[in-house]
Amino acid sequence: MPISTILSRLQFAFTISFHYLFPQLTMGLALLLVVLKGLYLWRHDERFNVSTRFWTKILAITFVMGVVTGIPMEFQFGTNWAAFSTYAGDIIAQTLAMEGAFAFFLESAFLGIMLFGEQAFGQRMHFFATVMVWIGTWASGGFIIASNAWMQHPVGYTIVGNKLHLSNYLAVLLNSWTVPQYMHTMSGAVITGSFFMAGLGAYYLLMKQHVDYARIFITVGVIAGFLASCFQLFPSGDMEGRQVATYQPVKLAAMEGLFKTQSGAGVIILGQPDPDHGTLDNPLIVPNVLSFLTYRRWTATVRGLNAFPRSQWPDSISLLYYSYHIMVGLGTIFIAIMGFGALFLLWQRRLFRYRWMLWIIMLATPFPFIANTAGWFTTELGRQPWIIYGLLPTAQGVTSTLSDGNVLFTLLGFMGMYLLLGLVYVLLMTFEAITGPAAHEHKQESTQEAEGLSDEFASGLGGE
Amino acid sequence: MSTLWFILVGFMLTAYVVLDGFDLGAGAIQPFIASSDEDRRMILRSIGPVWDGNEVWLIAAGGTLFFTFPLLYASAFSGFYLPLIIVLWLLMGRGVSIELRGRIANPLWASFWDALFFISSALLIIFYGAAMANVLRGVSLAANGTFFLALWTDFNPFSKNPGILDWYTILIALMALGVLTAHGATYVAVKTPDPLSSRARRAARVVWGINVVLLLLGTIATWIVQPHVSNSFFSRPWGFIFPLLAVVGFVAMILFNLRQNDLFSFFSSCLLIAALLASAAFAIYPLMLPAVNPAYSLTISNASGSLYGQTVGLVWWIIGMVLAATYFILTYRLFWGKISMTSLQEGYE
Repeated sequence: MPISTILSRLQFAFTISFHYLFPQLTMGLALLLVVLKGLYLWRHDERFNVSTRFWTKILAITFVMGVVTGIPMEFQFGTNWAAFSTYAGDIIAQTLAMEGAFAFFLESAFLGIMLFGEQAFGQRMHFFATVMVWIGTWASGGFIIASNAWMQHPVGYTIVGNKLHLSNYLAVLLNSWTVPQYMHTMSGAVITGSFFMAGLGAYYLLMKQHVDYARIFITVGVIAGFLASCFQLFPSGDMEGRQVATYQPVKLAAMEGLFKTQSGAGVIILGQPDPDHGTLDNPLIVPNVLSFLTYRRWTATVRGLNAFPRSQWPDSISLLYYSYHIMVGLGTIFIAIMGFGALFLLWQRRLFRYRWMLWIIMLATPFPFIANTAGWFTTELGRQPWIIYGLLPTAQGVTSTLSDGNVLFTLLGFMGMYLLLGLVYVLLMTFEAITGPAAHEHKQESTQEAEGLSDEFASGLGGE
Repeated sequence: MSTLWFILVGFMLTAYVVLDGFDLGAGAIQPFIASSDEDRRMILRSIGPVWDGNEVWLIAAGGTLFFTFPLLYASAFSGFYLPLIIVLWLLMGRGVSIELRGRIANPLWASFWDALFFISSALLIIFYGAAMANVLRGVSLAANGTFFLALWTDFNPFSKNPGILDWYTILIALMALGVLTAHGATYVAVKTPDPLSSRARRAARVVWGINVVLLLLGTIATWIVQPHVSNSFFSRPWGFIFPLLAVVGFVAMILFNLRQNDLFSFFSSCLLIAALLASAAFAIYPLMLPAVNPAYSLTISNASGSLYGQTVGLVWWIIGMVLAATYFILTYRLFWGKISMTSLQEGYE
């Protein structure tokens, strides 16, 4: 593979991995904000509204990061993957363009109202805007998953000359691959959002700051986190796994580290793969489970990598294997953490007193980001050596006119840019966390007065 | 169908330039009209709820261009590799500068983002202007529809191997800077109270004066550099309506400005920009990207996607645009009117 192709792959991998750190949090928090704002309208407890404001602010910073790091994604299809774009643009760009038309306009309009309009337009409009932002972010995710699903499992096309033409729009939109992957991705985002909310709540409680708010954050975070973590395993994770087994058996073999075809194949818990020799060092295997999970029979035969020619193997088997195992391992731990968290919460609110459990919840905050990233590595590395599964090899999708020097220039530029963005983001998050939710209380009076009143009148009343 | 999509994509890009143009222009004029921290916050607040939505037009236009003319998308984006990636970096820097400035109350923090906001806004306009000039001038396309342009070569638009920047594209870039800066200044005049509003109005007037020269030079140069332009206009004379509308918009802009009717001055500026872009699109039609060797030019027929794709696309596109227009009308109505000092306290504190 030429250097410029490797660099283009690295650049895409780097920019999309960094990008996805933000949307997963945005999509997760967007749902939790609907919950918080809904609780406020239901219970009329001002603390829920203050919590909403506080998390809206965190959502807004994250959203901006997601927007600015997201723009390069669509453009890179054209800049670095011109051959792919020419070949499949007729199809792949339908869903990408639909994201702009149906999700981005919606999100941007209602986020503006959510951020600037609470005083001027009243609580019901604010709740409505919150719901619309949630729908917008999740629709956006849906279109991206649909695009990715098509690259994993191309449907609805005909080959015309050296290009693909769209032949069935609904087949692309309703691609069977999309549903499990969408469910899995969205619940992964809710896990990130819930751990983030619960983690910050745990921090405040351990510090004995903002105690009332901390309890709200922990309660909402732990309950949502528990539900999402379970959903992540079953049904969504299970559906994804069986889908991969049906359509991409090589990917399944590589990510499970199954080098040889076996009946009654086991699930590898630990072990270091050696792809050159087709062996696994230091294995810790639970027998027959993989066969059961894949085919619902304990002795079913699962095809290993040796059943496929080497040219079809993904090109980084070890990384693929680790990505998958990190994702699954963390996912299991998440269920345990949130399971105990929910248990202690329901058991006379003991969670708020169990400092060791709060410590665990606080320290768990960054891990969903890792699990989601590892999940995407599994999907995308497992698709290799194809850019469109079974149709176009990655090496043939790249822009032919790009020199190494030009791609390296932009890759280094992105790295520098994202390093700064990342630092600024961490700085701002720290700043918001230190400032705390109580800082959003001062608007309380003017907000209540402003309800249902016009902008000018409200400003007149506010007049601090 | 391809002609229809040529017009629709042109419409989306025009919407982008008109809408994002005012917030870019506001950034470019900001250091010249803002005299205090309050002024700077006021300018940011005037674009705060809408800039992101305006930028969506770029993404949406990009996506639409992608599925309706895949070859053009692939060719142009890879050929303009470096400037495009630099544009992405500028968009990022600008986005964070708008959103993050008010997050921490510290004068150095604010100054840093103010400077970045100004620089990235002005540079983005310059790049957009240069990009449009490149499309008008043509690029060194190969037979398979690929090309790669360096940022600059010999600065000569008639060269066999032209760069992104030459005297012609730089001229058009400056013209774009002038037009959008006046546009942005007028928007600020509409949205803010005095004394910032009258300073913005005066600034728009000064820039308007410079634009008389730039527009004249730009038009003449385009006529010389791209022979296809005069062909288009003389073979289809009804197209002269577009430059005529541009003149109307341009003149109306200053007349309304002098009467202190900022809103109508702003609408005139919108008309000017839309008419300029329509003139450019009319001039190169049916080409989409002219080549140095005319046989290799990308046109609406050889760059287009499948008829089926373009047809189903039209169905959802219309629905999407109706929705988008609804949100835009809603947002602009909700945030209608001048910004007051008290409303400054929501959102950015």
